[in-house]
Amino acid sequence: MHVPDGFIDAPVSVALGVVAAGGVAVGLRGARRELDERTAPLAGLVSAFIFAVQMLNFPVASGTSGHLLGGTLAAILVGPYTGVLCMSVVLLMQAVFFADGGLSALGVNITVMGITTAAVGYGLFKLLAAVLPKTRRSLGAASFVAALVSVPVCAAVFTLVYAIGGTTDVPLSKVAGAMIGVHVLIGIGEALITAATVSSVLAVRPDLVYGARGLVRPLELRTGGAAGAAGVPGQAAAPSSAAQV
Amino acid sequence: MGAGHAHNLYRAGDSPVHRLPPHCKLVAVVLFVLAVVATPRERFWAFGVYALLLAAVAAVGRVPLGYVLRRVVVEIPFVVFAFALPFLATGPKTEFLGLTVSHSGLLGAWNILAKGTLGVVASILLAATTPLRDLLLGMERLRMPQLLVQIMQFMLRYADVITGEMGRMRVARESRGFRARDVRQLPVVAKSAGALFIRSYERGERVHLAMLSRGYTGTMPVLLDVRASRAQWGAAALLPSAAALACAVAWFAGG
Repeated sequence: MHVPDGFIDAPVSVALGVVAAGGVAVGLRGARRELDERTAPLAGLVSAFIFAVQMLNFPVASGTSGHLLGGTLAAILVGPYTGVLCMSVVLLMQAVFFADGGLSALGVNITVMGITTAAVGYGLFKLLAAVLPKTRRSLGAASFVAALVSVPVCAAVFTLVYAIGGTTDVPLSKVAGAMIGVHVLIGIGEALITAATVSSVLAVRPDLVYGARGLVRPLELRTGGAAGAAGVPGQAAAPSSAAQV
Repeated sequence: MGAGHAHNLYRAGDSPVHRLPPHCKLVAVVLFVLAVVATPRERFWAFGVYALLLAAVAAVGRVPLGYVLRRVVVEIPFVVFAFALPFLATGPKTEFLGLTVSHSGLLGAWNILAKGTLGVVASILLAATTPLRDLLLGMERLRMPQLLVQIMQFMLRYADVITGEMGRMRVARESRGFRARDVRQLPVVAKSAGALFIRSYERGERVHLAMLSRGYTGTMPVLLDVRASRAQWGAAALLPSAAALACAVAWFAGG
């Protein structure tokens, strides 16, 4: 749902451009805190990941297929600020180079798809993670709910923008109904794939999931040969530490 | 993965449009699109003027029409929405091609189609006449934060690598008999996404280490300084000023 040029009128587009620029500025400062000097390469690679994963189509129903938006996924995996930054970069690249989403609507797109999804998705994820027991399954459930809610909320925010600066006079209730209705369905797909992706990363490299830092135990190297041998935390080296600097 | 990225977006050439500094072209395109968006939709002639302006740029830049048309397809989802509009919108009805449709919905559909298409074509022309790397340098000249430009450089450089990795994972899945038929296959797709994330992130860590060992301190050296002369700014200003003129006439003189 990349908004093209001409869908939202000029004043609102410019105003949201300012909002988006502010959001990106906050993201830049926050990302430096999350990743320090590794920001450029890591955020760049994560952006490339989001870009690639948006091409990953999955079948929804009766021949149609959907693809991941990835805002919530990025926020949970790399942190909300870096997530906003990566989504904004992807949207900017898509608008400038691939003509996907209008240049004048870039502010709208970044505000709706980047900032809103990351803020809502990550906030909800942290809230649920704090309440639920600290297991991999419940973190998966938390990311499921976070992604499920973030997509219709993003549609609702778009409807709000449309109500202020829309250029067509389709009655608002119809737009809201269609947008939010469709996006509840998209949200289910997004939620399934987000939860499964977060769970699979948690299973292999829990240290990479920013949203779960301090919530999951580091992996242990189980030694002893016999099946069901207990871990030896003292001598165990987490497989992840080898790859870390 | 350094050189030889034949991004098929860029069409190499040596025309006046190709030679303009990238930041001039970026500013020109953004101003042009803003002028288009700000034009009242009832002034049909103004959109004709904009289309002619873009056609002139394409002619000077020697970008073939067929190439532009092939790339306009990104617009399709919104075209579908635009065609639905006349039937959704309320207000006075009107006759159009033998159908009774909403007058304002028809105008709204026209508005989205015209402005959206002009914006898409403007972006396509920009990407077709400017190498991606140069566009990033142009953004840097326009005071876009350094860190953001660096992130975009990394994204551009590795987008193909990551996409290629994803392609190989798909081949591996399919050669083991996997076919995504319905929602039940979603966990497999998601595990691939998870593996792709880990591979991307770890590649980022390796890239960072490689950069550190080559003396990276947080900023990239500027290898190519692009400057624009007054004449080049003037040439780049032709498109947006013509569009702004058309927009102003459309507002004040009516159609």
